[in-house]
Amino acid sequence: MTDFFGVPLPALFGQLVLGLVNGSFYAVLSLGLAVIFGMLNIINFAHGALYMMGALFTWMFMEYLGIGYWWSLVLAPLSVGIIGIAIERLLLQWLYKLDHLYGLLLTFGLALILEGFFRHLYGVAGQPYSIPDELSGAINLGFMFLPKYRAWIIFASLAVCLVTWYVIEKTRLGAYLRAATENPALTQAFGINVPLMVMLTYGFGVGLAGLAGVLAAPATQVGPLMGSNLIITVFAVVVIGGMGSILGSILTGLGLGLIEGLTKVFYPEASATVVFIIMAIVLMFRPAGLFGREK
Amino acid sequence: MSGTEYLRVSDLHAFYGESHILHGIDFTVRKGECISLLGRNGAGRTTTLRAIMGLTGKRTGSIMLNGREVINMASHRIAQLGVGYCPEERGIYSSLSCEENLLLPPQVGSGGMSLDELYEMFPNLKERRNSQGTRLSGGEQQMLAMARILRTGAKLLLLDEISEGLAPVIVQKLGEIIRTLKERDYTIVLVEQNFRFAAPLADRMFVVEHGQIAAEIAQHELQDKLPYLQEMLGV
Repeated sequence: MTDFFGVPLPALFGQLVLGLVNGSFYAVLSLGLAVIFGMLNIINFAHGALYMMGALFTWMFMEYLGIGYWWSLVLAPLSVGIIGIAIERLLLQWLYKLDHLYGLLLTFGLALILEGFFRHLYGVAGQPYSIPDELSGAINLGFMFLPKYRAWIIFASLAVCLVTWYVIEKTRLGAYLRAATENPALTQAFGINVPLMVMLTYGFGVGLAGLAGVLAAPATQVGPLMGSNLIITVFAVVVIGGMGSILGSILTGLGLGLIEGLTKVFYPEASATVVFIIMAIVLMFRPAGLFGREK
Repeated sequence: MSGTEYLRVSDLHAFYGESHILHGIDFTVRKGECISLLGRNGAGRTTTLRAIMGLTGKRTGSIMLNGREVINMASHRIAQLGVGYCPEERGIYSSLSCEENLLLPPQVGSGGMSLDELYEMFPNLKERRNSQGTRLSGGEQQMLAMARILRTGAKLLLLDEISEGLAPVIVQKLGEIIRTLKERDYTIVLVEQNFRFAAPLADRMFVVEHGQIAAEIAQHELQDKLPYLQEMLGV
């Protein structure tokens, strides 16, 4: 059997891998959004712009400083995280007591400013970034060729998601985080420096976006608009998964990536909208999302 | 009772937004002493504890803790000076297991009780250590809220309505625990509605009325002042 409902198997598997790759980005980005929302009560619309900056920093490090991919994998998320900490200290910390809407508007404005800034510098056209030598080429799995870089994106994203999940759910630090998310005032009254944790959480959350940006750099065109193209889908993923759950946002991200990939095979016309159709259906039956808790 | 002064609250005013709740609270607690703040609902007893912890809005006046002014400190800094706070609503975290709740507050002083000691004192918590915090019964949650501040080495305990809504046998157990803590030289502030629970435990009692201290009654004056207290507390 070389095809499945009329679709050649290698093409099917190819799209599934691509779906998983997209799903990995959705998972890492929505994970960051969920962590930030839990702790800061802020819907971080700047997430896409910070993801773009992760990718652009990777390209800039190479272009101007000759720093390669592997170093960028550490340095770019770190830089984005530090920028995030500055944003939190200078702007976001004044909004925690206000309605979600203010945080959303502020971060949306920030996204526009950041994108505009890089557009001014580099224009809208993307910059190419080549796959590092260690990860170029493909592995022959017998039934398909698996590009090494795609496998790496899936592996690295899953690893990051699982480590984050483990730290939050199973460690002492994670217990502090969960406690501060649930009842920040009391947690602080136990002697835990909650404002510091909030700041670092935002830094970490946007650092995840920066990391996704580095992973994306060799797989796509690096340009100022790459974030805004992706972030709308990511927000749909977050709505489907529900804001409350770490594991939920990871699973929903991967799952929707796969569904999108399959749609590309069987009904390509719907591939751009399938996530939003699912969102509408989920909202009809579970307004808080698949894994979310209704308040 | 002649120990050194451990907590001095003077002319404490506190606000929630625009509402002025405390109107100049004054009292002191000596080291190793157990005092009780009595009063009707809404008199400002809970707010007094919250103001000491830095959990209200604006505060003015002075709170001297072991010789240090803490009125302008952030609440985590105050806790780190060795204060354990048990809130009225108990504050058990639903996203943490019983044992995670117990282990949450960081060390703020030396000489806190070990986990084994606490499990000996509160055997139920050991049995239920893997349960979700809020799945515990009301009594167990109260035990947990007490136990978790005894682990940290805090020397000043602010306990808000710990006997509220609990079965008599559990209230009795809590009374025994307070006695043990007094023997171990903890300094304790009990906010209580339940006069009969607080009276035998407290070295001195303060009646809070309209955000001020209306009266101070020492343990040996208790019999004489009983009619007055009953009128003030409406019991």
